Amino acid sequence: MREFRVYAIKQGTVIDHIPDGKGVAIIDLLNLKSWKKIVTLGMSFPSKRLGRKDIVKIEGKELNPNEANKIAIIAPTATINIIRNFKLARKSQVEIPEVIDGIVKCANPSCITNHDHARTKFYLESAKPLLLHCHYCERYLSEAEITLL
Amino acid sequence: MPRKSTLRSFKNRDVISVRDFSKGDIQHVLKVAKTFKARPHPDLLKGTILASLFFEPSTRTRFSFESAMERLGGSVISLADAKSSSSSKGESLSDSIRIVEKYCDVIVMRHPLEGSARLAAEVSKNPVLNGGDGANQHPTQTFLDLFSIHETQKKLAGLHVALVGDLKYGRTTHSLAYALALFGARLYFIAPQSLQMPDHVMRDLEKIKAKYSFHTHPEPFMPKLDIFYATRIQKERFPDPLEYEKVEGIYVITKKLLKKVKKNFRILHPLPRVNEINYEVDNTPYAYYFEQANNGLYVRQALLALVMGKV
Ligand SMILES: [Zn+2]
Repeated sequence: MREFRVYAIKQGTVIDHIPDGKGVAIIDLLNLKSWKKIVTLGMSFPSKRLGRKDIVKIEGKELNPNEANKIAIIAPTATINIIRNFKLARKSQVEIPEVIDGIVKCANPSCITNHDHARTKFYLESAKPLLLHCHYCERYLSEAEITLL
Repeated sequence: MPRKSTLRSFKNRDVISVRDFSKGDIQHVLKVAKTFKARPHPDLLKGTILASLFFEPSTRTRFSFESAMERLGGSVISLADAKSSSSSKGESLSDSIRIVEKYCDVIVMRHPLEGSARLAAEVSKNPVLNGGDGANQHPTQTFLDLFSIHETQKKLAGLHVALVGDLKYGRTTHSLAYALALFGARLYFIAPQSLQMPDHVMRDLEKIKAKYSFHTHPEPFMPKLDIFYATRIQKERFPDPLEYEKVEGIYVITKKLLKKVKKNFRILHPLPRVNEINYEVDNTPYAYYFEQANNGLYVRQALLALVMGKV
């Protein structure tokens, strides 16, 4: 029954294994509202791997790898399922990109990106544990310090 | 951070962070600076205009840059008081730079916010030299420190260098430690525990396999050292004034502390000093801090000439 709920879209993307409670943030991050597609958010599904997980289904739109990897910052465990004609066409794990453009806010209050019209830019220093390096102020951001713009 | 490793040409390059420079790049800058110290080049940058944008006061750095430009035959336009001009009217840094770049060929800027110079360099078609961006970088200081160390020791590799005082907030020691480690120096971080090297600096040093150790007292290491790089410890950095009083005397250089040093031993300091170096030390052969400050002139001439593509 659960499998049916997850895959029951004809065409599109199912983002699975989102850490519990992060589903809403992903909808915001991908700016899904502006796409005018049907989006379903499932919250707190039981999961063997995560205990609880969120699921986001987007009908009629396949996430490209670039979009998928944006998710990795807040949901490193997420899997991307591309659905075609009710069937799983492709399944992939999200990966944090080497360069993160304009998603993350710099935690350094004296960083120019928090004061001027500058798009933030970070380099991935390490994925596990997550550590980013600000292109501008050159500070490191650990997972706990990461907030999204 | 990606480093332009094989880029040999300095023409049009920005000077933002010491991280952007390879060992070879640094050696090249030092070599050029040496030629400027040996012989003046009064017409090299004739017709070239430097815009000097100090959004935060720093008389020393500004004078040094402006004098460097004038000594190469170039001219300087400057914001007399950047604080009261554009930025306080709410103009963004990017907009200010877009306006200023039309009037000049090269920009030097100091700004209280970190990453400001990097942003300015991305906006500007002209090369930008960072004269200090908050607590982040001050690359020309690092170059002049390295120049002075090389000048007194004839090498950088394998030197025993103590960085002493406030290593937590002392921006100059962060970049200097990084650059010295690139050249394989042995570093001694000597500071009160609460003012030791911050984690982000140590992370960078680990990455380039720096050789270092932490200490609280300089005395036992004096006979080993080639360079003693002193910095100012500010009373305000201590939450408890009593803590400050406890450590205050430990890091003051006196003649007595210099009893067992090597002949080539030299003391450097980014200046201004308060009481870290006793005045009695000034006329010992070990004092090099005033010559060090003077070297800023040659290093900045070298960088200006390099980014303008004239050497
Ligand atoms: Zn930053």
